[in-house]
Amino acid sequence: MSILVDRNTRLLVQGITGREGSFHARMCREYGTQVVAGVTPGKGGSVHEATPVFDTVRQAVAATGANVSVIFVPPPFAADAILEAADAALPLIVCITEGIPALDMARAWPFVRSSRSRLIGPNCPGIITPGQCKIGIMPGAIHLPGRVGIVSRSGTLTYEAVHQLTQLGIGQSTAIGIGGDPIIGTTHRDAIELFNQDADTDAIVMIGEIGGSGEEEAAAYIQQHVRKPVVGFIAGQTAPPGRRMGHAGAIISGGKGTAAEKMAAMRAAGIHVCQSPADIGATLAEHAGALARRA
Amino acid sequence: MKIHEYQAKELLRGFGVAVPRGRVVTQAADAAAAARDLGGRVVVKAQIHAGGRGQGGGVKLAADAGEAEKAARQILGMTLVTHQTGPEGRLVRKVLVEETANIARELYLGIVLDRTAGKPVFMASAAGGMEIEEVAAKDPNAILKAAFDPDAGLQPYQARGLAFGLGLPAAALSAAVKIMTGLARAYVALDCTLAEINPLILTADHQVVALDAKINLDDNALFRHPQLRELRDLNEEAPLEVEASKYGLNYIKLDGSVACMVNGAGLAMATMDIIQYAGGSPANFLDVGGGANSDQIRHAFEILLQDPAVRAVLINIFGGILRCDTLATGVVEAARAVQLKLPLVIRMEGTNVEQGRAILAASGLPITVAADMRDAAQKVVAAVH
Repeated sequence: MSILVDRNTRLLVQGITGREGSFHARMCREYGTQVVAGVTPGKGGSVHEATPVFDTVRQAVAATGANVSVIFVPPPFAADAILEAADAALPLIVCITEGIPALDMARAWPFVRSSRSRLIGPNCPGIITPGQCKIGIMPGAIHLPGRVGIVSRSGTLTYEAVHQLTQLGIGQSTAIGIGGDPIIGTTHRDAIELFNQDADTDAIVMIGEIGGSGEEEAAAYIQQHVRKPVVGFIAGQTAPPGRRMGHAGAIISGGKGTAAEKMAAMRAAGIHVCQSPADIGATLAEHAGALARRA
Repeated sequence: MKIHEYQAKELLRGFGVAVPRGRVVTQAADAAAAARDLGGRVVVKAQIHAGGRGQGGGVKLAADAGEAEKAARQILGMTLVTHQTGPEGRLVRKVLVEETANIARELYLGIVLDRTAGKPVFMASAAGGMEIEEVAAKDPNAILKAAFDPDAGLQPYQARGLAFGLGLPAAALSAAVKIMTGLARAYVALDCTLAEINPLILTADHQVVALDAKINLDDNALFRHPQLRELRDLNEEAPLEVEASKYGLNYIKLDGSVACMVNGAGLAMATMDIIQYAGGSPANFLDVGGGANSDQIRHAFEILLQDPAVRAVLINIFGGILRCDTLATGVVEAARAVQLKLPLVIRMEGTNVEQGRAILAASGLPITVAADMRDAAQKVVAAVH
């Protein structure tokens, strides 16, 4: 009951010997994720906290059968790390790194898009299938296994939504943070398509924010294809235009990308949009509670 | 990062973009000298990081050196209010003195990142001098577009297509192509998030010149452009935002009365929203980031309190990597150090929340602990009223 990752996922950590990579690899393993390999160029052959380290992604995949990579590489080198993982044909690449130059992603993206790999992120908290597999920096303990899929551009706001659901006894099939950058691999629309096809996801929570048009594109898809209940929230209803609100992609530019526009498009598509972020869990319970609480 | 018009023009000149001859000065007397060097007739332009300078009285034509000095005297030191500065306006410290041009037509050129296509897109419009947003709202078809690969650059055929689309005469074609491909090369080489020439002018003798230029740089790419970092003008940024950036904090001042401190950009925006939903108004956006230490929390707290409009403070932390005990320690230290008089409402959830609450309770400080986000917003708004 999940999308993309589950208990059979074999995780490779690019940047495993760094401070962030090391800490979060340990947290993921403690949650139950199979962390099978690490990559740090120049440290191949060593062992980092019981995980074998390789010089290249290809070597790591050949030796361990890793099928997902998570990237904790510093911003100047992160786009290269994504390309290396895509070149090694890993089915799923999750890039946590925040602060990658936009043009580095513009250069990397055409290759990744044409490759066999799916990219989640960059600048994202990662992906978790509660009770089975955690890949990223989210606190595992707030999650509950269940049947609601969550997709969001934000980190802590996703935790907030998960927490509200868990408090109501509503579990999650998979929660994906797609990232706050202007160019991201998996979009709202992509994630919703996956949740829509997943027999074990009964309802979807979609959390967006100002900037870009990803939420509008997802709304158009939902209107056409999705019959599962969808609850939505857009952060930045009070954000001033022309200012970048923390995330590189969270900016209202040229009057486009406002919360009002996105909320209107989502409502028109039949999404249950809540105005207050405190109402995400309650709105889901109201419209899909019986479905979502199914074991 | 934003830079001034004169800096943008200087950079673009290096990429073969024709710009008027000019000089930036900070004293009115130097404006006269600059005008004499440039042949007498000049335009004097306020240099601030905001558009709409002409309407605000920040751009003046001068027929000779005397008039140039007079114009510079009027503009330098004025607080220029435009639709982009907000009502408080911006103090003008520099003016650009430039030769004038014989304008036959005004056009628009600009480059931004197309998020859906994942590559830069070149935009051109025949409605020069108008903001592109306005053109887009009135008649989106009036904007010609060409997406290009960052490394291959804007191809000459694409530039020709745009130039013909703008109705430029054949005699101006090669000059226009040179400016367009130059602007595209600058966008990539400098890691811009915006590169704009508005207006681009066509003169009666078929010259093509960038009369105004605007460049925004990608903060995330400044690590590989140390020379561009030098172009930052701290005078153009809100003092509290400059202060916050020193400590790796992401702070944006707004005009409400409820200060807020949050971890994560999405939750920070959502916290602003819920303050408004509860009937208050947010005084700022502040994201302390995922891995803040107690020192950063203390600085963040001090910055919030420097805003005189603030009547109450809301802290909303969903602890993941940032542990609630770290947060609580930083807040207690800061509240003691500044002898906090304002109401403080804290909502914490996540890692080590029990230890965090214990630290707050043991501090003896008058802190209101909220149960959840809604409760926190209602309590802090009640404290303001």
